[in-house]
Amino acid sequence: MKIQGYLRDDGRKGIRNYVIVAYLVECAHHVAREIALPFRECGTQLIGFPGCYPNAYADRIMQRICTHPNVGAVLLVSLGCESFKRDRLASAIRQSGRPVEMLVIQQNGGTRTTIADGRNFVEKALRQLQNTPRCEMNVSDLIVGTICGGSDATSGLTANPVIGKAFDWLVDHGAAAIFEETNELVGCEGHLASRAITPELGRELFNAVVKAEDYHRVLGHGSFAPGNADGGLSTQEEKSLGAYAKSGCRPISGMLKPGDIPPRGGLYLLDVVPDGEVRFGFPNISDNAEVVELTACGANLILFSTGRGSVVGSAVSPTIKICANPETFRRLGEDMDIDAGRILEDRATLDEVGQEVVDSILGTAAGQATVSEALGHQEFILTYKSFEPLGPSCLPR
Amino acid sequence: MPAPTNFRGRLLRLAATDNVAVATVNFAAGDVAPIDDGQIAIIDAVSMGHKVAVAAIADQDKIIKYGCPIGSAVRPIRVGEHVHTHNIKSDYLPTNARE
Repeated sequence: MKIQGYLRDDGRKGIRNYVIVAYLVECAHHVAREIALPFRECGTQLIGFPGCYPNAYADRIMQRICTHPNVGAVLLVSLGCESFKRDRLASAIRQSGRPVEMLVIQQNGGTRTTIADGRNFVEKALRQLQNTPRCEMNVSDLIVGTICGGSDATSGLTANPVIGKAFDWLVDHGAAAIFEETNELVGCEGHLASRAITPELGRELFNAVVKAEDYHRVLGHGSFAPGNADGGLSTQEEKSLGAYAKSGCRPISGMLKPGDIPPRGGLYLLDVVPDGEVRFGFPNISDNAEVVELTACGANLILFSTGRGSVVGSAVSPTIKICANPETFRRLGEDMDIDAGRILEDRATLDEVGQEVVDSILGTAAGQATVSEALGHQEFILTYKSFEPLGPSCLPR
Repeated sequence: MPAPTNFRGRLLRLAATDNVAVATVNFAAGDVAPIDDGQIAIIDAVSMGHKVAVAAIADQDKIIKYGCPIGSAVRPIRVGEHVHTHNIKSDYLPTNARE
């Protein structure tokens, strides 16, 4: 299948051509939502940061997502008195070659006029984006992220190993594949380190998991929801081993932090747990916080594994939902792209469903809407965090 | 699509060294579940995805699944018993339960 991508000025290639409406504080959320609403079905997506206090991590994530290859134009909506460094963000978007406009509600006559002005911009931008240059895109141009949400014991038996097979295929074809959830790798740190392409990277991977465990110990419990136990998972490390299967079995080429773009193809671990003392609460308060970080690393699309049955999608990076549990699929099939639970009932093999995932990646990249896209899902959540820059051993050449 | 009617389910042992196996369907107490070339008498009702002991496990023994430890027993566990949060615990972080 030929993939026709959208060529950006920096040479990166997108599989969607979205207009983003971004609020820069919760106080501007309603106005931004109203601007985007009439265009929801025709390529406009709503994102934003709710906080009024400054945060370098949030600045970076917003900048990365507003200049993501799936994004063609951006409207920023500010209340006016929040601390978000809005001019710096607008300037970064402008420098990326994308149409950008900023509306400051306090300087723009209030709710009604800002909504009207915003809609004018979006209409104009959507027309303008019809002329975005197209380009041929190969699998090696893709960045694919993975996450599991609403896990149960079937996740580690069907959907996660299936994603592992798709990840092996992506890496073998030169794509960059990113797995994450260091807090859900507690118990796998030794094996993880042994797959690194250098011993120094192996130490970084090991330490990232130790950091996650320490962080969660301070917070009182691990990344484990009661539904996980209902579904048959008994301990954090059991959940981890199942989650780890998503990474497949290729060597690990590097470690990223949120907003780092993989420098070349290969398999990468995204370290999602903040550095330094524990502050700002739980590292990722829900699954979409992790999807947002994968998107900020440039992921064109997301492979989302679910056992209990998550219905979410995502803004900016289309989400392919792979259902691990055959009973869940019978209940929630309309929210799923792939029925991996067939494996458990001897109706398909891991390799067959792995091929379905590969086909779905190619189809989604070529423009087919995923189930959650078609249903209008555009979840987005960004909260406070702090990170130190990557160490020198994290991306060996 | 409904589950195929000829599908009976089994206990799935993921690695040769595992002392637990996973139920691929719901089993009731008293069921006899196929596993590899043999079978195991199920002691407690287990839901799909849950674990059953396939070897006798002593108090504080490691629970092995995927060939790796997933926690330790907090009391002796008999072959055929449901293995879950009531009889094993994490060696890392405590498991969060709904109250």
